[in-house]
Amino acid sequence: MIEPNIEGPVPQSRARLAGSLLVLAVAMFGFGYLLVPLYNILCEITGLNGKVSVEAAIVTEAPDMSREVTIEFMSSVNANGAWEFEPVVTKMSVHPGKLYTIEYMARNMLEQPTTGQAVPSVAPGVAARYFQKTECFCFTEQAFEATEKRLMPVTFIVDPELPGDVELITLSYTFFTKQPPAVAANTRD
Amino acid sequence: MTTHAADHDHHDDHGPVKGWRRWVYATNHKDIGTMYLVFALSMFFVGGAMAFVVRAELFQPGQQFVDPGFFNQMTTMHALFMIFGGVMPAFVGLANWMIPLQVGAPDMALPRMNNWSFWILPFAFTMLFSTLFMAGGAPASGWTMYPPLVLQTGNAFPFLILSVHLMGISSIMGSINVIVTIMNMRAPGMTLLKMPLFTWTWLITAYLLILAMPVLAGAVTMLLTDHYAATSFFNAGGGGDPVMFQHIFWFFGHPEVYIMILPAFGVVSEVIPTFARKKLFGYSAMVYATASIAFLSFIVWAHHMFTVGMPLSGGLFFMFATMMIAVPTGVKVFNWVATMWRGSMTFETPMLFAVAFVFLFTIGGFSGLMLAIVPADLQYHDTYFVVAHFHYVLVPGAVFGIFAAVYYWLPKWSGNLYDEKLGKIHFWMSAIFVNVTFFPQHFLGLAGMPRRIPDYATQFTDFNMISSIGAFFFGTSQLLLVYIVIKCVRGGEKASSRVWEGSHGLEWTLPSPAPYHSFETPPSID
Repeated sequence: MIEPNIEGPVPQSRARLAGSLLVLAVAMFGFGYLLVPLYNILCEITGLNGKVSVEAAIVTEAPDMSREVTIEFMSSVNANGAWEFEPVVTKMSVHPGKLYTIEYMARNMLEQPTTGQAVPSVAPGVAARYFQKTECFCFTEQAFEATEKRLMPVTFIVDPELPGDVELITLSYTFFTKQPPAVAANTRD
Repeated sequence: MTTHAADHDHHDDHGPVKGWRRWVYATNHKDIGTMYLVFALSMFFVGGAMAFVVRAELFQPGQQFVDPGFFNQMTTMHALFMIFGGVMPAFVGLANWMIPLQVGAPDMALPRMNNWSFWILPFAFTMLFSTLFMAGGAPASGWTMYPPLVLQTGNAFPFLILSVHLMGISSIMGSINVIVTIMNMRAPGMTLLKMPLFTWTWLITAYLLILAMPVLAGAVTMLLTDHYAATSFFNAGGGGDPVMFQHIFWFFGHPEVYIMILPAFGVVSEVIPTFARKKLFGYSAMVYATASIAFLSFIVWAHHMFTVGMPLSGGLFFMFATMMIAVPTGVKVFNWVATMWRGSMTFETPMLFAVAFVFLFTIGGFSGLMLAIVPADLQYHDTYFVVAHFHYVLVPGAVFGIFAAVYYWLPKWSGNLYDEKLGKIHFWMSAIFVNVTFFPQHFLGLAGMPRRIPDYATQFTDFNMISSIGAFFFGTSQLLLVYIVIKCVRGGEKASSRVWEGSHGLEWTLPSPAPYHSFETPPSID
């Protein structure tokens, strides 16, 4: 006779299966978190989503003077950040394998010291890993004095291995305000 | 063991306890199943009232009744209530009632946990409903909760996350119960490939729930810590990525849509053979098709997000994987039609809903195939075409499956036959007005009307008016269902144990109504 078994302990076979299903559920919760590093690794390997490395690349110059690629520079400020932020030049023609330096201008529009962080993105996504930066203001947080305005350089090189059908690369920076968590929580309410 | 046996007899003598204790302390699968179904029905009406607000606002262009913020709250809450409060608990209720009866078990395997998994839900939904009265209003970012928009939710934000957690815990506990019951408590001789299809589809659904719901729990926990603990999972300024949320969410979200339809497949696979008076065509093909759909559901998630920007190879993979789901689904539709082929069909209400399911769900499937085509999806994305598509698979799909199940098993539950004439009126009202409501939305979407927007360009007016009128009649005709169920429970012509001439399966060997304690001695299976 199989009993509904409300009063007694749960039979061992049922408890074992229920336990392993519970472990499976907990493991899937962990898998949800595992998707985060997996996603980042996948984006970095493939350059999907225009994600680019935020570490300095080590390159040697080998200019390919026969080829020209157009680079466009864009900027945007996240949410309602009190920043002025734009590239000094918006468009230039470059030879793959040659180092170039351009500058972005940023100004803190607040009457108090503020820290910002620029996050880069490259379009088209396939070009992301061929667009290498040897020096960039996006590698570190940028601290600004009240109302300070300054030019921030980025030095880059386009890898000559860049697929032949890519003639235009767009480099875009979004400028985020870095705040201590307490302040951040307050402004959200 | 002797004391158990004594206790056991004790129960038999007295039946259910009287009063509120019967429900609050419920461990009987039939009581819990009933509570799930009643809860689901009431959530259908709450979610339906929210849909009324949406359709009333969209009756004419311009701002009519509610402000755009409240409109967004209504679309979001309508989805959350219908998905997590309506469709899913309704299917869990059917599982509780029918799985022990179908496999010849005396109850669910873990009755105390069963009590918990139900009683969490009223608290979760009370909490979610209470957000309507909070500063900043209810969640308004869509049920998909995409950041950064969802992070702008007011005081409701932590309540949203916690109620989603509770719904997930409830579903996971319910699923564990279903799996343990099916794996450990089948009557001797009931091999897996002899199980009725409703039980089979629920076994697979339960595994989907255990694999998918915790991933949603992880995603919303990340939202919570992003908001309060300064993590940056989805905050680009801190090195995170908002698009990643969409990947994690839809890794849960796509299996979720099959969680809502597979049990309906099971119901239809029970109802059609009964009223066609033939055995189900291709039983094992049905089982394997269900399993393939479940597997494929985990590798197609990015078709919800073709427009975020994806390399060609990614788009191609998700497009072809999605289209592949049409193959096992086609097998199922073919088998249902083949079961009806040359059957001696009669069209009682459950059969009407089942046939309408096959017909209308397939329309929803076809519009899904259209959406799977990457270049076409770039135009259809976030338009009313998507709204029409998923309402076709959810309303005449999942909900008609639930209606079919309720009419099919109601005589077994209550012991009385329902009013067949009223049942048919309910069917025809539902079937006609569901199409009046949702079919014009295909045209609106193809013409470019975006979803989740409270206003629209004037050329969309006519179809929106038709849709709103349909929605009004569809919603009010559901009151008929309530009347039919109450009338049936209170009395009527007594049902025989077979109820339907063509019915077969263990549940029909029990008297109607099914006794409070059934199959205490396992039945023998031939």
